[in-house]
Amino acid sequence: MSIFKWKTDEFSWVDFTIDVLRVLIVLGVVVGAWNTLSSGRISFAQWVNLFAAGLSQGSIYALIALGYTLVYGILLMINFAHGEVFMAGAFSTVFLAEALNRTGFLNEQPLLAILLMILFAGLVSMTVAILLERVAYRPLRGSPRLVPLITAIGASFFLQYTFRGLYGSGFKAYPQVKILQGVISIGDINIPIVQIFVFCSALILMLGLYWLVERTRIGKAMRAVSENKEVARLMGIDIDWVIMFTFGVGGFLAGSAGVINGMFRPQGVNFFMGFIPGIKAFTAAVLGGIGNIPGAMLGGLFLGVIEAIGPNLVLAGLGIPGANQLKDVIAFTMLVLVLIFRPQGILGERLSEQKA
Amino acid sequence: MALLEVKDIHTYYGNIHALKGVSFEVDTGEIIALIGSNGAGKTTTLRTISGLMEPREGAVYYDGDDISNTRADLLVSRGISMVPEGRGVFAKLTVEENLDMGAYVRRDGDIKEDFKSAYSLFPRLEERKKQFAGTLSGGEQQMLAIARALMSKPRLLLLDEPSMGLAPVLVDGVFDTVQRIANEGVTILLVEQNAHMALQIADRGYVLQSGEVAISDTASNLQQNETVQKTYLGID
Repeated sequence: MSIFKWKTDEFSWVDFTIDVLRVLIVLGVVVGAWNTLSSGRISFAQWVNLFAAGLSQGSIYALIALGYTLVYGILLMINFAHGEVFMAGAFSTVFLAEALNRTGFLNEQPLLAILLMILFAGLVSMTVAILLERVAYRPLRGSPRLVPLITAIGASFFLQYTFRGLYGSGFKAYPQVKILQGVISIGDINIPIVQIFVFCSALILMLGLYWLVERTRIGKAMRAVSENKEVARLMGIDIDWVIMFTFGVGGFLAGSAGVINGMFRPQGVNFFMGFIPGIKAFTAAVLGGIGNIPGAMLGGLFLGVIEAIGPNLVLAGLGIPGANQLKDVIAFTMLVLVLIFRPQGILGERLSEQKA
Repeated sequence: MALLEVKDIHTYYGNIHALKGVSFEVDTGEIIALIGSNGAGKTTTLRTISGLMEPREGAVYYDGDDISNTRADLLVSRGISMVPEGRGVFAKLTVEENLDMGAYVRRDGDIKEDFKSAYSLFPRLEERKKQFAGTLSGGEQQMLAIARALMSKPRLLLLDEPSMGLAPVLVDGVFDTVQRIANEGVTILLVEQNAHMALQIADRGYVLQSGEVAISDTASNLQQNETVQKTYLGID
């Protein structure tokens, strides 16, 4: 059996083009990586730093991606307004953060203050996500799949401009938290403390989600509803409530991600801030296999790392100028590649096995 | 007063008139068999009773109350439990988790005893309690579906084709189990294509034909009935 589809099946230009593309990509990655590594332009310590930064960024993607995947798992629907759910929590909490900073509480009791902010942002985003489901999606349940998709895009604009109306269109920034500044040095390797904070808090939230879904009764009900709604109803499960709960959990994670992101990248808080993280997290969810919870976590981390390392390793090696500014290109190229070569994602099942 | 009274129900799939005025009664403690060929409306009748579908005309009374428009999930806590056609186990949940979902409406705390009695009814399930339900054989899945339906402590158990797709050696076991459940005091409404087996354990039976009740009688009389023998029991 040949790995090239056009050689085994009847010849088709589409398969041929895809195979050529595949060869070119592998070639590009190998040549680029070889050039970079043999030039020794970037030291081992720098690679480790890039990796750590990528892991932090990736854990934020993962938290948002979980919201996409939870909703998809239960409704087979992509909630394209999820980026705005993230924004709602992040934008609202910046004011709480400023207030906590003014009173000095933020630096006197930093952990408590951050916990408070995460809870607040989580609740705001949860409320937004639940309202979104109740108002925009529930009335459309059972309609063709394109309908809620278009609604989601409309809802996304609605939320952006609602928050612009609420808080204005200027940029805000999260205040600095003193204990998160500084770096931990091991030899040449310098890892900013904030990155460790980001990774650990994301990890805690993800473990919490895992516990919720695997161990609690409502988690089992979520899995039951995602597998078969009708039988779930015959068990006495109120599926409307379970769906609302699922949106709420996804919203809470997105809101927390908003605060964690604010510690990591304090700048750039405004009504439009959910867009890029939203589509990146969507990419991460698809990468891991949409509907698959470990897949979303893995996909997020993977995307973060690829984004951090990819441009320096591959693009710089191919002599492309300004490689570091091209990380979005890497992210969306990954999305296209996954959709072409492995539409079910890293951990996903084949779509044909699922009831569509 | 009957535990369940179905009164002249008409149920539609879109424009398709599936039930054209079905009426029957189930008394407490009875085993009632609904028999009929494919497309006669047996499953639709069960789906209408369990609340998955609503009748456009007529009514379903349970315990004297009109439940025609009550949602399926609310009927479970009132004591109606259904084993759906094709078993409907949650393949990606373990056996234990499936049983726990069966007890979802239970708010009276101690369900450990009920796990025990489920496992004593079907020891095979205890051996496989940590396994995903999707890895069970067809017979084991049927056991799980029945055990799961019992976890809500129903007064009325609706069974949709419990023998479907099972090897003949297993079919006897399923009907034995149904009989044992009935002996515990659970009222049973059984839908079956296997009329022969169904009428052996039932007290009374109804024959459905194109969405209407064609014959109703005691199970022993139905076994002697010439039409039933010819059409459903394969006796010439």
